[in-house]
Amino acid sequence: MKKLIEATEKGTLIGIDIGSTTAKVVVVKDGCIVYSRYERHMSQVREKTLELLREANEFISGEDIKVAVSGSAGLGMANAAGINFVQEVFATGEIVKTLSPETSAVVELGGEDAKVIFFAGGTDERMNGSCAGGTGAFIDQMATLLNVTPDELDELSLKSERIYPIASRCGVFAKTDIQPLLNQGARKEDIAASIYQAVVNQTIAGLAQGRRIEGKVMFLGGPLYFCKGLRRRFTETLNLDEEHAVFPEYARISVALGAALYAGRSSKITNSEDLIKSIEGAVSQKTQTSHIAPLFENEEEYEAFCKRHSSADVPAFHIEEYSGRAYLGIDCGSTTTKLTLIDEDANLLYTYYDSNKGNPVEIVREQLEIIYKKCGTRITIAGSAVTGYGEELICHAFGVDRGIVETIAHYTAARHFEPKVDFILDIGGQDIKCFKVKNNSIDSIMLNEACSSGCGSFLETFAKSMGRTASEFATLGLFGKAPVDLGSRCTVFMNSSVKQAQKDGAGVEDISAGLSISVVKNAIYKVIRAGSADELGKNVVVQGGTFYNDAVLRAFERELGKNVIRPTIAGLMGAYGAALYVKNTAPEKSTLITPSDLVGFTHKATSTRCGGCENRCQLTINTFSNGARFVSGNQCERGAGAKYSVAGDIPNLHRYKRAKLASLAEDTGVAKRGVIGLPLALGMYELAPMWHGIFRQLGFKVLLTGQSTKEIYQKGHFSIPSDTACYPAKLMHGHIETLMESGAEAIFYPCLTYNIDEHSGQNHYNCPVVAYYSELLKGNTESLSKVKFLYPYLNINSEKELARGLYQYLSQFYDDITLKELRVAVKVGVEAYNEWMMDIRNEGKRALKYSQENNIPVMILAGRPYHTDAEIGHGIDKLANSLGFAVVSEDSISDLTETPKVNVLNQWTYHSRLYKAAEYAATHDNCQLVQLVSFGCGVDAITTDEVRELLESRGKLYTQLKIDEITNLGAVKIRLRSLMGAMDERKAGAKR
Amino acid sequence: MNNVQFTPDMKKDYTILVPTMLPTHFKMICQIFRSFGYKADLLENYGQNVVDSGLKYVHNDTCYPALLVIGQFIDAIESGKYDPHKVALLLTQTGGGCRASNYISLLRKALEKAGYGYIPVISLNFSGLESNPGFKITLPLLRQLVYAVFYGDLLMLLKNQCRPYEINEGETEALCEKWTKKLVEEMAEGQMNYKTVKRRYAEIVSDFHNMPRTNEKKIKVGIVGEIFVKFSPLGNNHLEDFLVSEGAEVSMPGLVDFCIYCVYNNIVDTKLYGTGKVKSLVMKWVYNYLCEKQNDLIEAVKENSNFKAPTPIEHTRSLVEDYIGIGTKMGEGWLLPAEMLELIDSGVKNIVCAQPFGCLPNHIVGKGMMKPIKERNPDVNIVAIDYDPGATKINQENRIKLMLSCAAENLNNSKEEAKV
Repeated sequence: MKKLIEATEKGTLIGIDIGSTTAKVVVVKDGCIVYSRYERHMSQVREKTLELLREANEFISGEDIKVAVSGSAGLGMANAAGINFVQEVFATGEIVKTLSPETSAVVELGGEDAKVIFFAGGTDERMNGSCAGGTGAFIDQMATLLNVTPDELDELSLKSERIYPIASRCGVFAKTDIQPLLNQGARKEDIAASIYQAVVNQTIAGLAQGRRIEGKVMFLGGPLYFCKGLRRRFTETLNLDEEHAVFPEYARISVALGAALYAGRSSKITNSEDLIKSIEGAVSQKTQTSHIAPLFENEEEYEAFCKRHSSADVPAFHIEEYSGRAYLGIDCGSTTTKLTLIDEDANLLYTYYDSNKGNPVEIVREQLEIIYKKCGTRITIAGSAVTGYGEELICHAFGVDRGIVETIAHYTAARHFEPKVDFILDIGGQDIKCFKVKNNSIDSIMLNEACSSGCGSFLETFAKSMGRTASEFATLGLFGKAPVDLGSRCTVFMNSSVKQAQKDGAGVEDISAGLSISVVKNAIYKVIRAGSADELGKNVVVQGGTFYNDAVLRAFERELGKNVIRPTIAGLMGAYGAALYVKNTAPEKSTLITPSDLVGFTHKATSTRCGGCENRCQLTINTFSNGARFVSGNQCERGAGAKYSVAGDIPNLHRYKRAKLASLAEDTGVAKRGVIGLPLALGMYELAPMWHGIFRQLGFKVLLTGQSTKEIYQKGHFSIPSDTACYPAKLMHGHIETLMESGAEAIFYPCLTYNIDEHSGQNHYNCPVVAYYSELLKGNTESLSKVKFLYPYLNINSEKELARGLYQYLSQFYDDITLKELRVAVKVGVEAYNEWMMDIRNEGKRALKYSQENNIPVMILAGRPYHTDAEIGHGIDKLANSLGFAVVSEDSISDLTETPKVNVLNQWTYHSRLYKAAEYAATHDNCQLVQLVSFGCGVDAITTDEVRELLESRGKLYTQLKIDEITNLGAVKIRLRSLMGAMDERKAGAKR
Repeated sequence: MNNVQFTPDMKKDYTILVPTMLPTHFKMICQIFRSFGYKADLLENYGQNVVDSGLKYVHNDTCYPALLVIGQFIDAIESGKYDPHKVALLLTQTGGGCRASNYISLLRKALEKAGYGYIPVISLNFSGLESNPGFKITLPLLRQLVYAVFYGDLLMLLKNQCRPYEINEGETEALCEKWTKKLVEEMAEGQMNYKTVKRRYAEIVSDFHNMPRTNEKKIKVGIVGEIFVKFSPLGNNHLEDFLVSEGAEVSMPGLVDFCIYCVYNNIVDTKLYGTGKVKSLVMKWVYNYLCEKQNDLIEAVKENSNFKAPTPIEHTRSLVEDYIGIGTKMGEGWLLPAEMLELIDSGVKNIVCAQPFGCLPNHIVGKGMMKPIKERNPDVNIVAIDYDPGATKINQENRIKLMLSCAAENLNNSKEEAKV
């Protein structure tokens, strides 16, 4: 065997590396590896280690040995057993420095950690932040989602043709991106490669943080050892040739080797008997994990519980015995597909519930085939309806009669079980949905934001990672004696909480119970945000596949302190509701695909780019044998093949503002003094006309960047130092790079502690990110050193002070500039700004008037000025238009009301407008407010509650859309359609 | 929702509850309130209940300190220790552009939600944001508070420099306790005059100086960050204790610097924006006053010991001017990178930058400043740690351990270099 380590002293060295999912043990004898293993430990950390050590006994028995432990899950064991511990990134650094000193950077991906080590120019070791999520575990999760093994995923990825943009921040987000792709029929090969690309992007954005990964790069860790596709994505993205991308043979055991090396230097000599004995005795003495009371004290308690819940039942009849009319309901959800067939009395004839295996069309086809076979000639399907994420796809594929919004489907079903239902909670595979019902209509809708989603499928994936099926895993949890307390945050955090619990020796039972309790807490405290059980309502119906899990149900009842109704068909409620719905509104003749057409049914999905407008949406075109075509991925109706629809005539202030900015950018002026660049991001969105006016007047050629795009984001994402900042801020980096490319000699983005004072609050601040982002840019964007980066602190509320401040600052760079010139320029700029805002307000009024005259509903799509950006807003404004809303922005109508009284300090200009806009919506019948919230916006944690209260206290619906890198327009559409559905119901209710 | 006022009548029999940010400092501050005729109680409830109450009553995306402070209040009210109809809550409010200015509103909302809407909340602020007829910050009270903050900083400074080196285990803690008790007693007796305060400085410093200590070389780790998470063991999972248990000496810039920073920002505003000229004059006076007092403390440390004394704020600020604009004033603003540089300047090359998850100002002044600082100080080792209810200790500690491993290596290298 090749000699790996030049041990300073001879002897036998043992390195043990226990990561979040795998255990690695190596034995090094006189510098040669004589034994090495890499195995999943299924959270049995101590047992696995012992097993591997016993296996290695022939190499270590009777020898003088030195041992060190490393790895995130190894610390507890090392401490308890009194074995030397070395931090894993440090261990990696040591081994690479020893074996390949010419390496300039290391990228190491583990089960849940990602690490980057830079060697050139001072060693710098980095680990992913607690939000960045896993990598190996993430790939596993994604493979599960695609219903393939990790190996198959890898093979698929090698056959990719294109890469889809998938959010790279954390697993939960990525999942939100992948699911719609799957539902829309994108190729698995492409998705597989896109998943790997997301991992690569995440590593670069999250860890490199402004330092470029270049030179000789070594790739370590399990995933990079096994996944060829991942390697390919890394080398391509980093532009490395074979010589500079190193994938050493020891990649997956590198940490263990590092630990062995460390042991050689600093561990005491011991022998194998003592080592094994000490690990055997290493049951953690002190645990950090806190525990909660068990879900059930005993079997009897569980039986009583089961009995109570079995009463919410739907009679089922044999499909073979029935003849007559029947109604089909399909719920094509994010991870599962559900079907129900009911008779005239709403009894069940047939049901289906299973994972959609990444191909819902095929599942529905199979099921229809089965159903038609069973129906024979006795049963006619008199109507069909579909709901859920895949609604449109299935509608087009099979000629389904009705497509209905999920909320309506669920409410229809819940009402069947409890006519007085006033609260419905649905925990599905990917989302939590809650509806409050008042006066027979849906009063408010709450959906989980992208950050806490993944609940049901999370449990399932977790079960799999522990080698169990979902139901086995759940059953184990029922009688866990001391469930671990895992907190109520997003699933990524839960992963690390579980890691800690495992470290402290918690068993599968207690982890399962703990996870169930966490899911429930997430729903109650993060989504519903209830203070007490009474807030939820008197008659609570729970549903969704996750509630089949008795542990989850029990945890929910306990957290609430009261009993709830769980229909026996909890997982089928959407499909059942759809069936009920179509039964009540049956068409004269169903358009559902006939049995004979079904035989020759085919489905083909191809991808292309839309050429309809400058957005160039990536489209997936589904074609079916009946000639039907369904296009997805489009932001507007144009891509869907429709002629330019009426949407173009409906007012849209977001579009109006974008057009205004575009025409401002065209007016560059002449470069007498030089070329100055203005990045169109954050505060520039509002103040561009002012700065443009000032610099134009001063004789600069002004370059204002355009709308953001994914490409712009990618251009700058390597210099983002904080991966938890909001997307609008991260985009700034790309705009800076764009300006550099277009030849700007100077770039201007001022620091504005105070925003425009509109006299509507106690103060008029900007948020810290908008105010000081330049300070961050200066420190982290290397290219800025090539230009004059101008970021003065300015007072924009006084022309005199603004001129003085600008003069003082600019005269350091342009010595011919005079104060007099600046006074004039500032006057011009401020006037331009005032005119600009006046025009937007006039346009707002015009939009309101138009809507009034034409009787169309108005949506205030409210957020910050920069939320009108095409990339940040994801075309939600266009979507709203296509749903028939006139769209206005918060700043175009905020002057029409007085400042409402709010319960918080009203001290940010943008937010003051938001409150005013909410006040306007609350007091105008025809008007709805939808709040856009950027993920990670801390300030909006404060504003959202206030806006909600302003609206709901006046009987209005509150809708919040959390937006980030993700482009899941499907989910947004469901929310907006739910809003419309609820509006209609209310209208109908009012008439009644 | 109406703001419930703290009326003069309440002064007699209402207990004012004060959250724990810095145990030593706030113990003394409470005592001063008492000697001014208020009934004040420092909250000492910790644990999961505090977090759970916070999660229940505060928007979960709000920053962690808000969650903890409000959770601690509500947990205390529900503990049965107090009559909810006879308590008032005290919270500081800076009025800056960060979310922190809204803690007080969030507290009121949480109280309302929990059914305690009748409990008065007192804003401790120096910018006239809110006032309460029954609670007045008078000049004498203010002066006493300033002394308490200086005392607190001094004790913290000495404790940090002694604890890792003590020969008799627990001696530092005992000494610290002894002095806190003595000072609290003295405060109860009546107002302190500054001469006595200065004399006490000298006595305290000498007392610690005379404590037997080893002179081994230990890794020095500085802690900077968002003010609450930086100081409060409740907020940072007992970060200080963890570092000490790992064999490090902790160095933490004091609370005084933050106070001076807040005052100074008013002066900067006038300079940059031409606003608040009158206020700025007053603030200039306060600034000079505080700087003078800080110098007295520094002198006391230098004259009576070989401990590392605090750095005058003027110097600290001068270090940062090349890195960030002094106009950056939200959250910890320019002070945060300034403190990193001050630590580096005084030989502390390993730094933990602690912040609540998603802390807005720290995107800029914390994580945003790490690259430029490392670039110009390549031997520095900075790690950013995020705190929130879901973050696990193991992840945080693992990152800190990585930092400590590198620190240990650097220490060894420097020892070897010294040998050569």
